[in-house]
Amino acid sequence: MNGCTHLERVIGAIARLLANAGTVAIGSSSPVEAAGALLAQAVYPGGTRALVFRNNLHDPFPESGSELYDRIGQGRIDVFFLSGGQIDGRANLNMVGVGPYPRMPVRFSGNHGTPFIYLMVPRIILYREEHSRRTLVPKVDYISAPGVTPPDVPRRGGPTDLVTGKAAFTFDRDAARFTLASVHPPHTVDDVVASTGFEFERPIDVPATPDPPADWLQLLRGPVRAQVAETYPRFAATLAAR
Amino acid sequence: MTNAASIRPSHGLVAVDDLVGSIAPGMMLAIPKDESGAAMEATRALIRRGVRDLRLLCVPVCGMQADLLIGAGCVAQVECGGIVINEIGAGPRFRAAVREGTLVLRDSTCPALHAALQAGEKGQPFAAVRGILGSDLLQHRDDWRVVPNPFGDARDRVVLVPAINPDVFLFHAAWGDRFGNVWIAGRRDLAYTAHASRRTLVTVEDLWDGDLLDDERMAAGTLASTYVSAVAHAPRGAWPLTLQHRYVEDADHVALYARLARSDEGFADYLRAHVLDAAPAKRP
Repeated sequence: MNGCTHLERVIGAIARLLANAGTVAIGSSSPVEAAGALLAQAVYPGGTRALVFRNNLHDPFPESGSELYDRIGQGRIDVFFLSGGQIDGRANLNMVGVGPYPRMPVRFSGNHGTPFIYLMVPRIILYREEHSRRTLVPKVDYISAPGVTPPDVPRRGGPTDLVTGKAAFTFDRDAARFTLASVHPPHTVDDVVASTGFEFERPIDVPATPDPPADWLQLLRGPVRAQVAETYPRFAATLAAR
Repeated sequence: MTNAASIRPSHGLVAVDDLVGSIAPGMMLAIPKDESGAAMEATRALIRRGVRDLRLLCVPVCGMQADLLIGAGCVAQVECGGIVINEIGAGPRFRAAVREGTLVLRDSTCPALHAALQAGEKGQPFAAVRGILGSDLLQHRDDWRVVPNPFGDARDRVVLVPAINPDVFLFHAAWGDRFGNVWIAGRRDLAYTAHASRRTLVTVEDLWDGDLLDDERMAAGTLASTYVSAVAHAPRGAWPLTLQHRYVEDADHVALYARLARSDEGFADYLRAHVLDAAPAKRP
């Protein structure tokens, strides 16, 4: 009988990816990623720094959103989280919609900074809570930003990981393929295969995503939750101490 | 000693209805992101005037304000990095208009919009933007160019985007004075969008007694009247959105909007109750 929730396990998995990862910036509407980065900052002091965008009280980008892009352009941000309404097996991201552009029957909010960020930040972690054939597709309908680019395209790095509500994958940029790294209990490998629209590599033995250790959970339910609440009060309430 | 205030002409203040009276069909209207100060009362006044065919420029991502203008039929074209209602998702009227094909879409990306406005304020013809290569944006933005970096090695390519100079920029700020100066704190996006725009219209939460430029602490965060065409006093003028350091978003009201705006009928009800029949008393 373990004592952690699904959300805490996912946040723990994100924090583990951010061990001594440098400066991590979190875009808007990203409470889980913010919690993971703030937890990593608490667990790896000096090694991981979390900059949570759109924080009314202590916004690390007080001059405007362009400040974030300027810092990214100069290479001052080491890690960024991106997502997509659709993500495909080559890590292409679609933030625009489903169906033929422009009159898309299902429209997402828009590209935001993704076409720039994906090429300019050395390490990108993808996070998408919904793990289904609707979100993880064979081929995106619109490429907001490409998972891999030819060698002559200036790019500092690219995607390294994908975390979902069911599993964690790593991404091999040379092969342009995901590999299943761990499955969040109680989900199974079969469950992950059935709900993933793209092909991916998987080792014979796929471990379960570990629960966050007890001291991580204490941080997450205490000081980290309070920091998350500065930007995401409603989300933070769901992380309340139990 | 001559007071600076005494030698600069007074802009005076206008009523909110008069402030938006100069926004005409076909104009490119720039609006800021929520955190920078959305002029929501002025937006409702604009909708009541029945203006149409605006070319809306989101700087660079907007939410309920853009969605409301689109739903009310004021907008012919949208250029944006995104239209998203915080934590709820893509604007429901934006989605409906895309589905119905009633909008000309100029999807962009946030850093390209910032760079194009900064080129606009400098009077430069274009800005060079990194990234974007490999994005379908390049299939659809026939006004953008991919060129070799003239200072780089032969293989290095960069995206050029034309400068943007909006016809009018509309926002809400904490303070304005009777000389037409507006206090924008440290929001550089408001400054460079105003610099790039032909006209800038501002509603203000409070009137500053005196000249903002005479107070050293205020002057650093002040957009000078040079860049401001008119100011109107509109207390709680960003409602139901936030005015940073003053009030937070009325999340219940925004959620109510997002729920109603999912259907044509619901949106019509919202528009009637909260915009068309909700004209506030004229304020001087």
